[in-house]
Amino acid sequence: MFLDREHSIAPAGYSRWRVPPAALAIHLAIGQAYAFSVFNLPLSTLVGIDKPAPADWKLSTIGWIFSTAIVFLGLSAFAFGRWLEDAGPRKAMFAAAVCFAGGFFVSALGAQLHQIWIIYLGYGVLGGIGLGLGYISPVSTLIKWFPDRPGMATGLAIMGFGGGAMIGSPLAVALMAHFKTASSMGVAETFLAMGALYFVFMMFGVFTVRLPAPGWAPDARKPEAGSAARARRTSPAPDVHVDEAFRTKQFWLLWAVLCLNVTAGIGVLGQASPMIQEMFSGKIGAPAAAGFVGLLSLANMAGRFGWSTCSDLIGRRATYMIFFVLGAILYALIPTTGRLGSVTWFVVFYAVILSMYGGGFATIPAYLRDLFGVMHVGAIHGRLLTAWSVAGVAGPVLVNYIREYQIAHGVAKANAYSVTMYIMAGLLIAGFVANYLVTPVDASHQWKGAAHG
Amino acid sequence: MGERVKVALAWLVVLIPAVWGVGQVVSKSAVLFK
Repeated sequence: MFLDREHSIAPAGYSRWRVPPAALAIHLAIGQAYAFSVFNLPLSTLVGIDKPAPADWKLSTIGWIFSTAIVFLGLSAFAFGRWLEDAGPRKAMFAAAVCFAGGFFVSALGAQLHQIWIIYLGYGVLGGIGLGLGYISPVSTLIKWFPDRPGMATGLAIMGFGGGAMIGSPLAVALMAHFKTASSMGVAETFLAMGALYFVFMMFGVFTVRLPAPGWAPDARKPEAGSAARARRTSPAPDVHVDEAFRTKQFWLLWAVLCLNVTAGIGVLGQASPMIQEMFSGKIGAPAAAGFVGLLSLANMAGRFGWSTCSDLIGRRATYMIFFVLGAILYALIPTTGRLGSVTWFVVFYAVILSMYGGGFATIPAYLRDLFGVMHVGAIHGRLLTAWSVAGVAGPVLVNYIREYQIAHGVAKANAYSVTMYIMAGLLIAGFVANYLVTPVDASHQWKGAAHG
Repeated sequence: MGERVKVALAWLVVLIPAVWGVGQVVSKSAVLFK
């Protein structure tokens, strides 16, 4: 069958540079999830159209759609990672496309019938499973094609996830404007159109992706500049089975590294717009704040590619050391920029912090490959993503709770973020310690069976 | 079709929507520095 692993082996002469676009097609599509909030207001006026009617859904009810999707992203990455390694990237990407597009189609029905539970099942459960499958499916394939620069290769794909919102948000706005009528917000039609568009786009990835033939290696006759030194710093460890990796201290240290790095970034990412307006009250209005959020998205995306590529040169451990040391220093300096009224330094510091937040996501698959080998790196990555789910809840709760507590105790809004920034710096120092403790995996954990066992 | 042409076409398919999306963000971010 076309989708089977055996049928996706690359023929001789196939360029490995055709594989990153296949991975990007999947990640640019599923990255739309970060832009789901553009549907929040239209979904809250499906009945009333111009303003919310009593029968309309509350924003808090609608907010559960995205939360459900992120929970199922983590659960499916955890549950299906092992299957994905055996099934191969093409079948996994196809399953991701069917689930993600199917989620939109089911949600269109939910919007049309005005039944929120259908949207929870559609975009939340089905779409969320598509997110999880799509997120991890290209990772091990890229690592196999780019053994000489795994950080750059996986960084390219994961950069697509960061960039997906930049396409998904304006696309949804344009489609809703096109389909809107006097009696409809055009949400159901937009869901249908986006489901169809994303399915076609993801199928491009399904058709393009190939696995390298057994024994394939990058062209050794034309070594690239610095490749020997790079190989020494980033050579993969012997293979470790996913179930065995789960029992090593290295897995849990990396789990802590990812969780702490993400917690420190995700909390402020969600609060970026009100934060800059409150810290620079009178200077920064809503349009400029929206520009700030857009700039942070760009920094997040650029960091995914830039830092993961850098990790091929300086090593994974050193890259995370930079994240934690530089991140802690910048967080500690943020309140000073507020006191000095320096918008420029505030924006620059945050852009660097968010680049390291994205870099943390993008560099982790190569870090896993350095420690646990290539055999089950996709499945191990899937299990590690539970750290993201935990951070996704902990980060915003931490930032919101601390801010509200301070305001309730008489702290001015402009200063209410200072303690939060110092706590974020503390989290990054804890991440530094976890990363410092990462050592090579003991030989007793190595896989002794046949590959793909 | 040569392999290099196939590589270029594959990159075009994903870069066109990506560049469009980045352009949308950059045009909105310009407000911040006005």
